Amino acid sequence: MTTITADHHHDHAHDHDHHDADHKPAFFQRWFMSTNHKDIGTLYLIFAIIAGIIGGGISGLMRAELAHPGIQYLHTWAMMMDGPEATLDQAYHLWNVLITAHGLIMVFFMVMPAMIGGFGNWFVPIMIGAPDMAFPRMNNVSFWLLIPAFALLLGSTFVPGGTGNGAGTGWTVYAPLSTSGSAGPAVDMAILSLHIAGASSILGAINFITTILNMRAPGMTLHKMPLFVWSVLVTAFLLLLALPVLAAAITMLLTDRNFGTTFYDAAGGGDPELYQHLFWFFGHPEVYIMILPGFGIVSQIISTFSRKPVFGYLGMAYAMVAIGVVGFVVWAHHMFTTGMSVNVKMYFTAATMVIAVPTGIKIFSWIATIWGGSISFKTPMVWALGFIFLFTVGGVTGVVLANGGVDDVLHDTYYVVAHFHYVLSLGAVFGLFAGFYYWFPKMSGKMYNEFLGQLHFWVFFIGVNLLFFPMHFLGLSGMPRRYPDYPAAFEKWNELASHGYEIMAAGMGIFFINLIWSLAAGKKAEANPWGEGATTLEWTLSSPPPFHQFETLPVIDDTAHH
Amino acid sequence: MATLPPSPFDRDRRNRRTLAAMAAVGLSMLGLGFASVPLYRIFCEQTGFGGTTRRAAADVQVQAATGHTMSIRFDSNVQPGMPWQFYPEHRTDTVTIGRKDMAIFIAKNMSDKPVTGTASFNVTPTQAGAYFTKIQCFCFTQQTLKPGEEVRMPVLYYIDPKILQDSDNKDTQQITLSYTFYPVEQDGKPS
Repeated sequence: MTTITADHHHDHAHDHDHHDADHKPAFFQRWFMSTNHKDIGTLYLIFAIIAGIIGGGISGLMRAELAHPGIQYLHTWAMMMDGPEATLDQAYHLWNVLITAHGLIMVFFMVMPAMIGGFGNWFVPIMIGAPDMAFPRMNNVSFWLLIPAFALLLGSTFVPGGTGNGAGTGWTVYAPLSTSGSAGPAVDMAILSLHIAGASSILGAINFITTILNMRAPGMTLHKMPLFVWSVLVTAFLLLLALPVLAAAITMLLTDRNFGTTFYDAAGGGDPELYQHLFWFFGHPEVYIMILPGFGIVSQIISTFSRKPVFGYLGMAYAMVAIGVVGFVVWAHHMFTTGMSVNVKMYFTAATMVIAVPTGIKIFSWIATIWGGSISFKTPMVWALGFIFLFTVGGVTGVVLANGGVDDVLHDTYYVVAHFHYVLSLGAVFGLFAGFYYWFPKMSGKMYNEFLGQLHFWVFFIGVNLLFFPMHFLGLSGMPRRYPDYPAAFEKWNELASHGYEIMAAGMGIFFINLIWSLAAGKKAEANPWGEGATTLEWTLSSPPPFHQFETLPVIDDTAHH
Repeated sequence: MATLPPSPFDRDRRNRRTLAAMAAVGLSMLGLGFASVPLYRIFCEQTGFGGTTRRAAADVQVQAATGHTMSIRFDSNVQPGMPWQFYPEHRTDTVTIGRKDMAIFIAKNMSDKPVTGTASFNVTPTQAGAYFTKIQCFCFTQQTLKPGEEVRMPVLYYIDPKILQDSDNKDTQQITLSYTFYPVEQDGKPS
């Protein structure tokens, strides 16, 4: 995106300060009291991988139960959790706990920490030529807040939450199920977990905004920033505007539960629908929070491996801004069946469809970037291409669901499950893997195994499509979400989906083998393993980068073209 | 035109200023989240959103639209466990649009203790809420019934003739007015 004219400048500084730049603190101080954005990014990535194993394992439990109609394993698991006298109702409650935990873990403890905390921390400062984040100590606080948040959520599984142990409210925590319907401390713990995770993200968002606005190297104007930095900037603003509203909404849930207020209780003059409005005012921007950094990652990768600057750079940047802005005025399309007038439905249908325009700009600009490029199909590139394909599939079903009239039929069916897993579980996660393979040599200093990376992609790609594509058919036939049982007519597609999960899990096995093998025995990575297509600042540093980079700021050439 | 890098002192000051501004943005969104409770209520009252009914003073003057009638259905509920019988005297009524009308609801305390209740209300179809105007209603205040006491409670209301000009309501032939009674504890909190 930009050419660097001050290489000698930087190299000189590097030589001069070599000892200081690579001086690392002792283990405990380095990893537990870290103020270094790269180390904190690594911590976030490790955290996200652990949370992903737990959240992904939970979906394995659900697919095992759903492989056949009737209750297979759920009752046995309930007896393991709640004791041998667990009733069938407690088993059903356990199902609710599983879907709740899967959703919350994947959203708040896997995708967000990996995208924003992991890759954002690692590469935003480097890409804008900054020595670190604006507030390194606050950065450390952001990460360590996630640990108690995650512990509270996992701990809630073992305390009473109404019918059985654990919070069984769904990730949306709708009242009145979450207020009068879930006695016991489990839901309080889950809400507190969301509070802490939200505080962590808000601090992180303020840190990113300050870093990107104030810490750019000389010559790095906003309109020269790599698209990944743009995506994190837009994401940080979405976090800052949306998360406090969630905090307010769930604080009122807490007071309704514990202090006798009636914000969401019609009996005291409140309104349970208000909670849905507040939740989705946060919840819809939240889905863009999860996908926008993926857009940024994919833009870098497509450009690098096509050896071309991104097509329509400014259009790409402002398309993300537009998605962020419009994303705040479409929330009620999640609530089409709560009873709204035709006019309100029409507005939210039309506004939702408008989002397809900037999203389409992005899809077509990626394709135009590839067009005529000198393409090399390295592992990050195939993941990025997979991202474009799968995200487009999910986007198309999103346009279907945006129609208020169609949504009356498809609301809370597996069609919705298929839709949001195509954009998130396939879209965001493919973006994460693309970014992981792309930056793994930079972060670790080791090359990953190309064959295992490609194999991981194909096994995972086949697995997730077998897993999620049949859900479209199940939803169109009327299979509702959030039940552990279903009529026998739905068995074959469900069985296929569960086999898809097995293939996907095998793909994850390949990923972990690749990860361990590469860290232990991977070839040493050069500063820039990707060749002339990789133009952003991180590739001007060694792999891994020195502990402190850019002690003398790089100067970005003003004549650089995109 | 590569500008000189700002001095660390300048940069720290600018960072702190951005931090303060962004913290203010975050806090105001938090405030807005809590403020949404009264804002949402006012929004519903002003627009009739979600079937919220209107309220008018007793001396309100309306022009009856002779020849235009509307069927009204009355729906009554009590929260499960509340020891009241609660039902309308007539299930349906046909009113001339713009003419004031009175409906009677009957409530009886079936228990041997005094029970205080308060009613929530709305109408369907929801787009008719902006035109359903109440002048007097038992739902405006709390009601206390002694053991075994039965009361007849009036609702004085009219349908605003402006409904005839609203294209969203051109298919509206019947409006359902629904009440649900909830018990109120003596300290004013719902039980």
